[in-house]
Amino acid sequence: MIQKETVTKVVVDLLRMASTGSPPDVVRALEEAYEREDSEVPKMQMKAIMKNIELAKSEGLPLCQDTGVHIFFVKGNLRLIPSFSEFEKAIRKGVEKATEEVPLRPNAVHPITRKNPGNNIGKGMPAINYIPTDDPYVEIIAFPKGAGSENMSFMKMLTPSQGLKGIKEFVLDCVIRSGGKPCTPTVIGVGIGGTSDIAMHIAKESLLRPIGERHPEKDIAELEEELMKAMNETGIGPMGLGGKTTVLDVKVEYAYCHTASLPVAVNTQCWTGRRARAKIYEDGRIEEMEG
Amino acid sequence: MEYHFTTPLNEEDVRKLRTGDIVYLSGMIYTGRDEVHIHALELAKEGKKPPLDFRNMVLFHCGPVMKKDENGEWRVIAAGPTTSSRMNSLEPDFIERFGVRAIIGKGGMSEPTVESMKEHGAVYLAMTGGAAALAATAFKKVHGVEWFEFGMPEAIWILEAEDLGPLVVGIDSHGNSLYRDVDENVAKNRKKAEEVLGISE
Repeated sequence: MIQKETVTKVVVDLLRMASTGSPPDVVRALEEAYEREDSEVPKMQMKAIMKNIELAKSEGLPLCQDTGVHIFFVKGNLRLIPSFSEFEKAIRKGVEKATEEVPLRPNAVHPITRKNPGNNIGKGMPAINYIPTDDPYVEIIAFPKGAGSENMSFMKMLTPSQGLKGIKEFVLDCVIRSGGKPCTPTVIGVGIGGTSDIAMHIAKESLLRPIGERHPEKDIAELEEELMKAMNETGIGPMGLGGKTTVLDVKVEYAYCHTASLPVAVNTQCWTGRRARAKIYEDGRIEEMEG
Repeated sequence: MEYHFTTPLNEEDVRKLRTGDIVYLSGMIYTGRDEVHIHALELAKEGKKPPLDFRNMVLFHCGPVMKKDENGEWRVIAAGPTTSSRMNSLEPDFIERFGVRAIIGKGGMSEPTVESMKEHGAVYLAMTGGAAALAATAFKKVHGVEWFEFGMPEAIWILEAEDLGPLVVGIDSHGNSLYRDVDENVAKNRKKAEEVLGISE
């Protein structure tokens, strides 16, 4: 059985790791973007981004002052968890501790009164998603999400007759409407099908895949590449100041849907691409990974 | 062109700036976002003044992460720009009433702000979004905080900067906007993107 103290420690470590450094695949993609940009303004933006990543790492500072709201994916053999209530308590304790220690900005507020408890904890937050598998471990993925990019979320119930063309138009509209606001260059997650909530959920979950990793199905992988190429034709560029790199990658996931529906959702991740993961084994062994 | 200025700024210096120029700022900078705009303008309508004089000063659209050190002194942990467009409806009035000379933010602002900046001699300086560690290291001292009751991100933090930048002039005081230029360019490029997707008419 996994100890709740271990869970809390891992959550603090993951939030520190995710907040203070971009994953290696994201850093590589940003370096490539820097090389690709050839005029002064976008090149300067990419240079500032690279310098910021170095500084955050060397000084142990958050990459961005918006350290996000806290989303977790828990993937693996859920029988190794003590109990769901104990496990969630341990995660919430980790979020509270990380808020104090890293420190993280207290972002979670009541949606109507806007009251801020100051510890990033409240009803429904942190958000915890479970993905049960038969693996011999429990993997916790920390996925803090800033408002700049999360505010650029879009969902539409298309009619089946709008088809793939309608999906492509919708994604292009969303990226153009977002401009530089979600801190471009971004990663775009596209969820196709399911129900309205599933479309957004799989759009977000697709953002957990490393940059450059294509969907295992050939048609979807090709759609990802096509969308990425098209988005980079827009000229929005880093921070919306113009340039060649608007997106670092586009991820697509799909689910079967009702014969009379075609839900499509877009979820955006900013250039920081913050995520960190750790596998916890039954004997207490921990493997922590950036990204 | 690259410029290094120290606050308070004067209109003559600000009028020299053109979109695309690079600016580094030293001296006092005040943070302010949604709540600061709302409350300062409410006070002004009642004939009262906000706790600080913004005239010729720099307003930074930023909700920083701050921490008190062991001596009880505030320290900047992370301080990058927030999305300026949230303040679109309030900024023209804010510039006119309080005489702010420069606004630092990200993502740009809409045409009424461009107009107000032209009329009153102010500029919009784009900071790289998310580059909070870079910005934090440029702030050498925290001189105080006002309206802390609005919460850490929404308070006015009085920060002393040393060569904060590079900042790109996104909107100048002559009616030019880099964001308008990019928007026009994107509208033109849309066709190319549609061709790649095989959806052009």
